[in-house]
Amino acid sequence: MTNDVKKKKQLMTRLVPLIVFLCVSIFLYIGLFRDATVLESTFIGRPVPEFALNDLVEPELQHDKSVLSGKPMLLNVWATWCPTCYAEHKYLNELAEDGVYIVGMNYKDERTKALRWLEELDNPYKISLYDPDGMLGLDLGVYGAPETFFIDSKGIIQYKHVGDINPRNWNSELKAVYEQLK
Amino acid sequence: MIPEIGHFSLIVATALSFLLAIYPLIGAKINHPGMINSAKPLAIMQFLLMTLSFVVLAYAFATDDFSVGYVATNSNSLLPLRYKISAVWGGHEGSLLLWSLTLAIWTAAVAVFSRGIPKVALARVLSVMGMIAIGFNLFILLTSNPFDRTLPYLPLDGNDLNPLLQDVGLIFHPPMLYMGYVGFSVAFAFAIAALMAGRLDSAWARWSRPWTLVAWVFLTAGIALGSWWAYYELGWGGWWFWDPVENSSFMPWLAGTALIHSLAVSEKRGVFKSWTVLLSISAFSLSLLGTFLVRSGVLVSVHAFASDPARGLFILAFLIAVVGGSLLLYAVKGSEIKSRGKYGLFSRETFLLINNVLLIAALLVVLIGTLLPLVHKELGMGSISIGVPFFNNIFFYIMIPFAIALGVAPLLRWKKQEADLRPLFIQLAVIAVASIVLAVALPAIFADKIKIVAVVGFALAFWVIITSLLEVYIRATHRHSFATGVTKLGRSHWAMVLGHIGLAMMLIGISATQNYKIEKDLRMLPGDEVVFADYLFEFERIGEANGSNYEGYKAVFNISKDGKFETVMHAEKRSYFAQRSMPMTEAAIDWGVTRDLYIALGEQLADDSWAVRIYYEPFIRFIWWGGLVMSIGGLLAVSDRRYRFVNKGAAKAQ
Amino acid sequence: MRKLFVLMTFMLSFNVAAVIDVYDFDNAEQEALFRTLTAELRCPKCQNNNLADSNASLAKDMRTKTYHMVVAGKTEDQIVDYWIDRFGNFVLYKPPVTLGTAILWVGPGLFVLFGGLIIVRNSRRKVSVAADDRDEELSSAEKARLAKILKDSEK
Repeated sequence: MTNDVKKKKQLMTRLVPLIVFLCVSIFLYIGLFRDATVLESTFIGRPVPEFALNDLVEPELQHDKSVLSGKPMLLNVWATWCPTCYAEHKYLNELAEDGVYIVGMNYKDERTKALRWLEELDNPYKISLYDPDGMLGLDLGVYGAPETFFIDSKGIIQYKHVGDINPRNWNSELKAVYEQLK
Repeated sequence: MIPEIGHFSLIVATALSFLLAIYPLIGAKINHPGMINSAKPLAIMQFLLMTLSFVVLAYAFATDDFSVGYVATNSNSLLPLRYKISAVWGGHEGSLLLWSLTLAIWTAAVAVFSRGIPKVALARVLSVMGMIAIGFNLFILLTSNPFDRTLPYLPLDGNDLNPLLQDVGLIFHPPMLYMGYVGFSVAFAFAIAALMAGRLDSAWARWSRPWTLVAWVFLTAGIALGSWWAYYELGWGGWWFWDPVENSSFMPWLAGTALIHSLAVSEKRGVFKSWTVLLSISAFSLSLLGTFLVRSGVLVSVHAFASDPARGLFILAFLIAVVGGSLLLYAVKGSEIKSRGKYGLFSRETFLLINNVLLIAALLVVLIGTLLPLVHKELGMGSISIGVPFFNNIFFYIMIPFAIALGVAPLLRWKKQEADLRPLFIQLAVIAVASIVLAVALPAIFADKIKIVAVVGFALAFWVIITSLLEVYIRATHRHSFATGVTKLGRSHWAMVLGHIGLAMMLIGISATQNYKIEKDLRMLPGDEVVFADYLFEFERIGEANGSNYEGYKAVFNISKDGKFETVMHAEKRSYFAQRSMPMTEAAIDWGVTRDLYIALGEQLADDSWAVRIYYEPFIRFIWWGGLVMSIGGLLAVSDRRYRFVNKGAAKAQ
Repeated sequence: MRKLFVLMTFMLSFNVAAVIDVYDFDNAEQEALFRTLTAELRCPKCQNNNLADSNASLAKDMRTKTYHMVVAGKTEDQIVDYWIDRFGNFVLYKPPVTLGTAILWVGPGLFVLFGGLIIVRNSRRKVSVAADDRDEELSSAEKARLAKILKDSEK
């Protein structure tokens, strides 16, 4: 190998650490604008699992997964101990009035507190499920509140949104997702 | 008024950093003695001003000045004074000020204690350190100012320091870690200065080495201290979780360990120079990367500081400037670094290099393991977690060749391999057998089952110990009798022995705890007894135990072994009035050389019995004592008389 | 004050926020399996805690469910799969072995391989006479000083 070629090869080798570092930096930069705690859902494209939960308002009434199919809908996971749910609730009322079909799932909460909340803040939910021990939540991969599942008429989960629904994210992305549900 | 003095002091110090970064460097380039000599006074002034700034902040804490926002967020009037002071570095802004102060300390130290170094080279080194200071000081001033006032609002009292931090660990752990992280900037500056100058003779390694060793000692001690603190504070019986913040401290340590060995070789043999330069750049770069990871919110961790994208951006930009710039300089000017000399396959150089490679491989494991979840998710491939099972598994496999090579290396000669290696191979074979025998004997005596994984760990530890002792014997009896020869061995030599034996001790502690730890969660009523690991734990009684700011219960346990009473342990459960929601457990730890016993009291259960957790941790103290021994080894290395700069010969040659 | 004193503090009590759950197992193997699982499973909403160490109510629910599965005789793989089905790979501290994660093993492995090759190659290399040696030449005073330094360090 001639001296020049050898020198070029050595230069290329010595540039490797720099190139690797710059590539890593790109990922670090992107990471600054992402929320590291958000987990994607394993249920996209999968049907809602089997369950048997009582109704929140009428304790003797039992629901199963058939309530989560038949039409495009939102399944909203909420609780009275969750302050973000409180902030989200008013907008859910608006959406419900606009014709969005929302089913509520009260998650790891107390029935009396939940009922009082719905009385005071209005009830946007066509059906209210009561999941006091969070077992349906576990089966759906719920890890906090509020979370909202976008389910189509066949009962297939097409999208999951973590965090509150507000005018900004509804209009910029979630509305389109909802409208695309068949 | 006084906090403003601290703020102003910081601003002036920043201005001095600018001067320090530029002036002496230009002086070095054009060979102007006046500008070159300005480096030392600038460094000292910067140090004095940073100290003033820091002292002012500490004063604000000590006097409960809650008009300063940072004090209000992290302190409280009822906090004991020692925690008020350590609360200075309990949050993001103050800890950065500590970082910057530490940098100023190191810069001044290098300026003052470097009589053997040509002034031109020293000027470059100090300028580089000044550049780093600019970055940190601007970061503090522009995004994270601890002196910001809350006025016109004046809180009546502060938020208080997180109770888990109200502990002696906070007093020592962060300062020691920072001394380590920041200390690697000295090696970094030496490397950059050498690259700028375009020459790297063996003296460079000699200058850089003591500074790097001191930084390494601090980092080793800081990490060991953090591990011990987590063990007793968090009470999960664990001492390392491979959490991203922990990894951020371990990566510079791995690079630093490789570096101190590489520097030794570059100094003695004049080889590995290019590699040593790259390591010098890497160790400090990893410190900076750690700073970014911990403060940017990019990774999820219990230890992370509160994050803010603006701050993250600044650090990232700084990181790219410093690391990118230095790696670019290395790429372009690295050709000027020539290593002359060769070494045989079975030489000490080769085996040192093998372990360097293994250390950096371990570093890559940690680095990739820490960053891959982020990359994986950003590439749309989903969220994954990389934790304890993965890291423990890989490190087990890396440790095997590492410990073997570590035992062999000191027994080899420099440069040439022995004409006849057979006597050495025979010695090593004997030692290998002895190690395995001891490794099987240890669990046979202390435990009831012999586990292969543990035996491997113990065998590696005994291998290191016996080869180290053999090496001492061979060196000592080289020209004298053993008794005389031992006294003639230099501190540097003992440093090596202690460093390696410290590692062996850690291996024993880790192998024992990982494989023979016993943990039980039980429900116990007063009068109940439980037996395991040859110990009888008798739950004697439980009663109310209230304090000035809490109420709770204290359980008394009598511990006996083989029928003989050993000790009494008191485990408590407290509800602090200030924090009713989360009752705290005061765990009882009975430490010992061969084992720790640990008892934590949980809640009272429905049937009136109490939830009790008991751990038996064999040889766990060896982990931290091993770290301590390694640090002592490092200190011995620095105290070797070669590094006493009262060397008249060197001074004359100036 | 020596770290020694701090490290060797005698029997002391320390502050910890702990929730200790007591479960009853049929045998030691079940208990061991439970401990293994709660250590390798991750709490989906915590700041990097495994199920064993977390105080979160979700973690408690997951521990309880895991306990029931262990006592029902499920294997480690079955239980892990159960949780991955619901929360994804994030919930396990062992990364899956896929093309996307291959670099975890391949990266360091390749580095060791290349490092080894370079070591072997360098040990066979003859001393190269650098073309521009003149930069490296030392004055006689420097040479004498260097000799002294090297002698000092050859201990």
